[in-house]
Amino acid sequence: MKLPPALILFFCLFLTACHTFATPKPQSRTLTIFAAASLTDAFTEIGTAFESFNPGVTTTFNFAGSQALQTQIEEGAPVDVFASASGREMDALVIGNFVAAEAAQVFLTNELIVILPADNPAMLGSLEDLAKPGIKLVFASEEVPVGKYTRQALDLMDTSFGHGFKDMVLANIVSNEENVKQVVTKVQLGEADAGIVYVSDSIAGSNLNSIGISANLNIAAKYPIAPLVKSKNAELAAQFIEFILSAEGQAVLAKWGFAPAKKF
Amino acid sequence: MTKFRELSRHVLGEGYSKWILLLPSLILLAFFAVPLIALIYRSIGPDFFANTLSRQAFQALKLSLVTSSITTILAVIFGTPMAYLLARGKFKRKAWLELILDLPIVLPPSVAGLALLAAFGRRGLFGAYLNEIGISIPFTTAAVIMAQMFVAAPLHVRSARIGFAHIDKQLEEAAYVEGANQWQLFHEVMIPIAIRALASGAILTWTRALGEFGATILFAGNLEGVTQTMPVAIYIGFERNLGVALALSVLLIFVSVVLLMITKQLDKEEE
Repeated sequence: MKLPPALILFFCLFLTACHTFATPKPQSRTLTIFAAASLTDAFTEIGTAFESFNPGVTTTFNFAGSQALQTQIEEGAPVDVFASASGREMDALVIGNFVAAEAAQVFLTNELIVILPADNPAMLGSLEDLAKPGIKLVFASEEVPVGKYTRQALDLMDTSFGHGFKDMVLANIVSNEENVKQVVTKVQLGEADAGIVYVSDSIAGSNLNSIGISANLNIAAKYPIAPLVKSKNAELAAQFIEFILSAEGQAVLAKWGFAPAKKF
Repeated sequence: MTKFRELSRHVLGEGYSKWILLLPSLILLAFFAVPLIALIYRSIGPDFFANTLSRQAFQALKLSLVTSSITTILAVIFGTPMAYLLARGKFKRKAWLELILDLPIVLPPSVAGLALLAAFGRRGLFGAYLNEIGISIPFTTAAVIMAQMFVAAPLHVRSARIGFAHIDKQLEEAAYVEGANQWQLFHEVMIPIAIRALASGAILTWTRALGEFGATILFAGNLEGVTQTMPVAIYIGFERNLGVALALSVLLIFVSVVLLMITKQLDKEEE
């Protein structure tokens, strides 16, 4: 009998998968963390550091738009720690008794920045250029925190640059993306002429140019973190949050472009 | 109901042995039915009609119906001749062609979206040239249709190919003896005979196009009234307005059920 190579390959993969599932680490504990998409790089690094300090502990992350994470938690996802990109989702979870009142702490702030493809095809040089008719803008959708802050910042610019600015910018939107990483990708690919994201995302993404937004026109997002009431690893969850707020944790956050909430 | 009992007795036999077949089937049935029932149950509420009739829901429904209809028409126009060639033509590398056409059916739609971006994006293999003459496809309604076309048109080709392949060879010869040319044969003999397979293929394409999500959100993005189809609105609704997402889901289930019932009817008449 002659087997097609694809079938043999599939069979090998299957055996490998069985083997992986069949040999769990002894006495392992898993900490499940739901975190806003913008935290992807920083939390992955912090998770690795946390694991090396706590042998036998595995950190599992689910990175997505904060709203999607909130809905998943409300629908019963088993989560130990939740880190949101705005207070709105955390407040909703406090009201729903998923998070204890007063349990949430702000662990960083993050400002907005305009990103452009490296070769800047629309030749944008200033914030005012965002209103240039015909350019293609990709923003985060209004439903996710960064999209909400983007529109708040546009309100500030509208007052500063003259009325009609915000409407002209909004008319240039070609897509409202579901999370901030999608905005970065579409700008990196050059499909969009510009997007507005967190400063941390502009640092995490390669092949990007940027236009800064001055403090008087900017909105700083405050990120809260909290353990979940139903967590089965309450102690470990508290340790993880403590680690985030420690000098080491905050240094990693600073490295990825976030403004630490604590000064050491 | 009694008819069903008789039938099941006939197929399954008496006694406990029938449960060997029945039990796994019932578990699988419940696995499919329970989530659908739960979804409909969750969506029922005082806001159901307000959500269904909201502007966002209406725009998404309209866009979905328009784009999926255009996709179906294009799939029929371009797919039917190709299916005919595949069923009747004799040429080298036919197996390869069939493989290329079947691939989009099994590929994850996200792969389709990336592939379309790689080809027709502003920096894409082909899109870069289009961009120079001022045509940009991503984020347009045309991009929605292309995404649907990519994943759904192969279903029509496959169904039509099987339909054409089933036609008796003697019929073809008889038509030639009568002096019919290729086009007449295709147009006056083959299409009328294979019409049910063509229609059922077109409807399958239509339902698949209606449900297209992965390729659309990657290649066409999300903008109300331009690229926000029903599945995309449901996904975005998951972020903010679960009520609208639920109402749209129920609406999509309803439309799909109607279309599938038509296909079933066509298949039955075929037999």
